[in-house]
Amino acid sequence: MKKEHESANFFSRLWKFFASIRLTVFLLLSLAATSIIGTVIPQNQSPAAYFQNYGEFFYNFFSALNIFDMYHSWWFQILLLMLTINVIVCSLSRLSTTWKIVFVKILPFNVSKFRILSNKEEFTSNRPLDDLRKKYEKAASKKYGYYRAEQTDKGFCVLAEKGRWTRLGVYTVHLSVILLLLGGLIGSIFGFEGFVNIPEGETVNSVELRKTEQIHNLDFAIRCDDFSVSFYETGEPKEFRSTLSIIEDGRSVLQKDIIVNDPLRYKGINLFQANYGMLPPEEITLNIMSRKTGMVYKKKTRIGMPIEVPEGVGTFVVKDYRNLFNYKDIALGETFIGIFNGKDGSPIDILLPLNFASFDKMRKGDFIFSVADYDSRYYTGLQVTCDPGVLVVYSGFVVMIIGCFVTFFMSHQRLCIEVIKIGNKTNVIVTGTANKNKLGMQAIVKNFSKNLAKL
Amino acid sequence: MDSSNLLSIVTFVYGFAAILYIVAWIFKKKFPGLLAMWTTLLGAVGNAAGIIMRWVESYKLGIGHAPLSNMYESLVFFSCIIAIIYLLIERSYKNRILGVFAMPIVFLSIAYASLSPNINDRIQPLIPALKSNWLIAHVVTCFLGYAAFAIAFGISLMYLLARGDKKGNGYLLSQFPKPAFLDNLTHQMVTFGFLFLSIGIITGAVWANSAWGSYWSWDPKETWSLITWFIYATLLHARLMRGWHGKRIAYVSIIGFMAVLFTYFGVNFLPGLHSYAQ
Repeated sequence: MKKEHESANFFSRLWKFFASIRLTVFLLLSLAATSIIGTVIPQNQSPAAYFQNYGEFFYNFFSALNIFDMYHSWWFQILLLMLTINVIVCSLSRLSTTWKIVFVKILPFNVSKFRILSNKEEFTSNRPLDDLRKKYEKAASKKYGYYRAEQTDKGFCVLAEKGRWTRLGVYTVHLSVILLLLGGLIGSIFGFEGFVNIPEGETVNSVELRKTEQIHNLDFAIRCDDFSVSFYETGEPKEFRSTLSIIEDGRSVLQKDIIVNDPLRYKGINLFQANYGMLPPEEITLNIMSRKTGMVYKKKTRIGMPIEVPEGVGTFVVKDYRNLFNYKDIALGETFIGIFNGKDGSPIDILLPLNFASFDKMRKGDFIFSVADYDSRYYTGLQVTCDPGVLVVYSGFVVMIIGCFVTFFMSHQRLCIEVIKIGNKTNVIVTGTANKNKLGMQAIVKNFSKNLAKL
Repeated sequence: MDSSNLLSIVTFVYGFAAILYIVAWIFKKKFPGLLAMWTTLLGAVGNAAGIIMRWVESYKLGIGHAPLSNMYESLVFFSCIIAIIYLLIERSYKNRILGVFAMPIVFLSIAYASLSPNINDRIQPLIPALKSNWLIAHVVTCFLGYAAFAIAFGISLMYLLARGDKKGNGYLLSQFPKPAFLDNLTHQMVTFGFLFLSIGIITGAVWANSAWGSYWSWDPKETWSLITWFIYATLLHARLMRGWHGKRIAYVSIIGFMAVLFTYFGVNFLPGLHSYAQ
């Protein structure tokens, strides 16, 4: 029995701990403060880069705390989990009270409660009571959804209210936060994020996962039919466009052009245009000009295949191709890199940037090499994702916007018009209260009273 | 005259309006205040016209897009929104002292855009990532939020100044509205800002999901907008549930605006996906 009592006590203490707003404030501020770390220290980079930047001690210290992937670290997840429990417990412990107010059958309206309010407007009227009562009931029902008139000792009163349900607004905001976290959880368990490069004309049926670098097989194959890139006059990229086909059982079932901001979605899997590049050309035609004789020789070659340089001076081999090549801080763009092995002397590196045909002239060698022609083929880089949690997250978004609006800008308003007959004078007192925006309610009471006085 | 020229003129109009508000405050005169209001209105109309002109000019250049795509355009838009919200507040609360704090923010924002050598005012074509209908929704809602927080910041400063003057006999401070009014107005601005910041983050997330395939990537700008959201969420909970008022709320509101500024400017010094906003 004692044990049972102790555990009950423990749970009630735990409940109290999580029902506290102090905890909410602490968690929100902790999340805000710790989130800064990940914006200052770049996330998810290679261990070598971190080691170089921070030195051994800080590298070990940061790794121990998962700082390099802090938003997925155990301690950050614990903060999020505690916030979730905090939100749920706070909402549940307060919901029962709100529920009783919102869903009560008979309103616990009481004139005496309104009499003590400071938000009060008064005027006098000389019309008969019955006349006023009809008019005021009509005015109250027009402005407020619910009203009730009651007889009092010296006259009558009309009680009206609206927006009782808006008291639930804050709970929907909390619900939305839970939906967001739940959707994120679903996505991280059942979803994946990967990438794949597809050369034009080729088909793939698997992608590499970003986190684990494992290969993930898809239920269908993707073929890149075409890729194109266009630029503005300023040199800024204008559009990246890939024509993709989805292949199932050897048949093409769907074809679509994707650009950034317009992905292809198929069977829960999304294909996004992420990057692109040029494949190393297979056949290269070189121009080799002799400075002495002025002769220009055309030679066909492949990467790694040595060719004889004319006039018997040596051999030349194209050993590499780069999409982007920098020479002394100058971006040369697409560039072939070759080696000239002269009969007399050491090998010489030769750069053949495609955008600068006469680049090799600057070397002032006996022969000037340049690229006359080559076959080019693009590959498209696709981001491939699957996230079954997105729908939950999006519903959380909608609920949050509606909830915030209701919570901040709508309130539960209650109004009382009390009419008291003293001798042959009739006093009208309008009072009102709202659960939010008291200043706004003052203005409402003032206006409403003004309008009643005009009736 | 092109939009950049017009917006440079608007900069000086706003500057003049800010001075007039201060003059009206120091000399307790009604006329400079009235003139300040009309000058601000003129500035706001010119500002809006400048934004529309720039929009038209971008179409004439054949790279048509809403003028909300870089630092210059966002600062100009920011000024316009603050000026409009301020005018609405002045109208509904019939108080011009707030202009002393709101208009300098409007002026500084557009002056930084027009005069800073670091900010390029050329109309640039949109890079592929920005070509989306979400651009307008995302930027407009974010800046409505930022503008409300900026005004809340100004009011919080006023509150702290008014409170610092305990005896209430400071000549200049005696014209300030009652602290309770300022406190309440801060709260109103923060709720407005919080709603729009939330919508701004949400539209950004939906956009990111359609452009990059992930609605949240902990990119520094995203993270800082969330930090800002956490700070204002703290303010709302502390006020509504723990009864925080006055000074403490004013301090949180000021810290929140610092976070807004960092989200807006500071993040550009950190690496991340929002690099085009520089």
